[in-house]
Amino acid sequence: MKISTGERLIGRMTARTGEKVLGWASLVGVAVTAVMSLLVVPPDASQGNVQRLMYVHVPAAWLAYLSFFVVFVASIAYLATKRIRWDRLAAASAEAGVLFTVLTIALGMLWGKPVWGAWWTWDPRLTTTAILLLLYLGYLAVRRLPESPARRARWAAVIGIVAFLDVPIVQLSVTWWRSLHQGPTVRLLGQSTIAPIMLTTLLVAVAAFTVLYCYLIVLRLRVGRLEERALAEALSPRIGVPVAEVVEESEEAVARG
Amino acid sequence: MTLVRQAGTIAAKDLRIEVRGRHALGTILPFAATLLIAFGLSIGPGRTLLRQTAPGLLWLAMLFASVLAFRRSYEAEGEDGALEGLVLAPIDKAAVFLGKAAAVAAQLVVLWAAVLVLVAALFDVSLGGDAGIVVAACLLGTIGLAAVGSLFGVLTESPRAREAIVPLLVLPLAVPVLLSGVKATSLALAGLGSQAGGWLALLVAFDVVFLAAGTIVFEYLVED
Repeated sequence: MKISTGERLIGRMTARTGEKVLGWASLVGVAVTAVMSLLVVPPDASQGNVQRLMYVHVPAAWLAYLSFFVVFVASIAYLATKRIRWDRLAAASAEAGVLFTVLTIALGMLWGKPVWGAWWTWDPRLTTTAILLLLYLGYLAVRRLPESPARRARWAAVIGIVAFLDVPIVQLSVTWWRSLHQGPTVRLLGQSTIAPIMLTTLLVAVAAFTVLYCYLIVLRLRVGRLEERALAEALSPRIGVPVAEVVEESEEAVARG
Repeated sequence: MTLVRQAGTIAAKDLRIEVRGRHALGTILPFAATLLIAFGLSIGPGRTLLRQTAPGLLWLAMLFASVLAFRRSYEAEGEDGALEGLVLAPIDKAAVFLGKAAAVAAQLVVLWAAVLVLVAALFDVSLGGDAGIVVAACLLGTIGLAAVGSLFGVLTESPRAREAIVPLLVLPLAVPVLLSGVKATSLALAGLGSQAGGWLALLVAFDVVFLAAGTIVFEYLVED
């Protein structure tokens, strides 16, 4: 079996040094984001200090969608290659995605109450995000079923693919249904309607949270490996040989194909 | 061609089970009727409000009832290792998916007919001139629901999934069907059927995406 560039990159990131670098980088990034968004940037002209929530809300929303896209890609990769590491990546990313989705919704509600006057409105993006959360809670529920690991991984992969395909249709249907959310203020092309310092802070926040996402994934991947190791230990203790070696042998065997 | 014939055989088998067991008729139809009565009671006897909410209640009742139909469709396969037999049979896995979807869709169409009559009677709704739009929305919605249900009904095989997993997966996935169906039906009931084209197109898109996705990924759900 050949090892692809993507797998090699993930391998590099999941090594202990990579994990430490990511941990420190995300700590520094989040600290810089906190300082910039709380102290450096002035409050919004019309919304006041409440608007500072945006510096977490927007990165969290971006990461929620990114996480579910990673679940989608990893699910396809798992079905295509049947390598368990893709399943572990999908699981890790789905958990991070649910976390960021909850964060997005919670911060959005905190912001919506003073600005829109309501905790919740049936706006397309809000509704789509809520449905997204439900879809992936279902995905995680399937992952918790007491099934054989291979079967669970296949079921989860199918749901990871189908759920992601559903997102654009949900988005379209809810948008036609009604629309209230404020228009996008950052555009890739043309004039943005945001002050440069606010944009800089937002981009720093997005970068910091993306690094944090990578760190969470890397940690979760290691926990996933340890879980499997513990399971293997419980299932097949080999007398006189430390379990870690047995597992490493078998992992090497798997890597060799 | 063989795919269609194989799917037809599977569908015929499922429908034969249904005709002999009368599960949809005996359990699911009364369940849908109970839901409609409960909705009616909770919303109260005001005629205007009932008439306004009728499309939504109609689709909700069908959505919940169809979840029961999906589970039933695979419960029969769980007995005596029937699903293993299907998986081992020398036919395309996609044919199993399409056949089961077709059988569920056929049952749901019968259910629709009964539930539409019930809604018309209970909520004082007349289908009127745009009945064609309502029927089209029902049929298109049924295809999409059947595709989703025939895909995730497999999870009923898991001992713990029997309870809530299938509805937890199917209901959020089917949100576009619910929205488009309700919107198309309300437009048709309001005599604005000509504006429902976009919603019907969305239903077609949902059907195509889920039939295609199901045909491709179904084999991964059942292979062991």
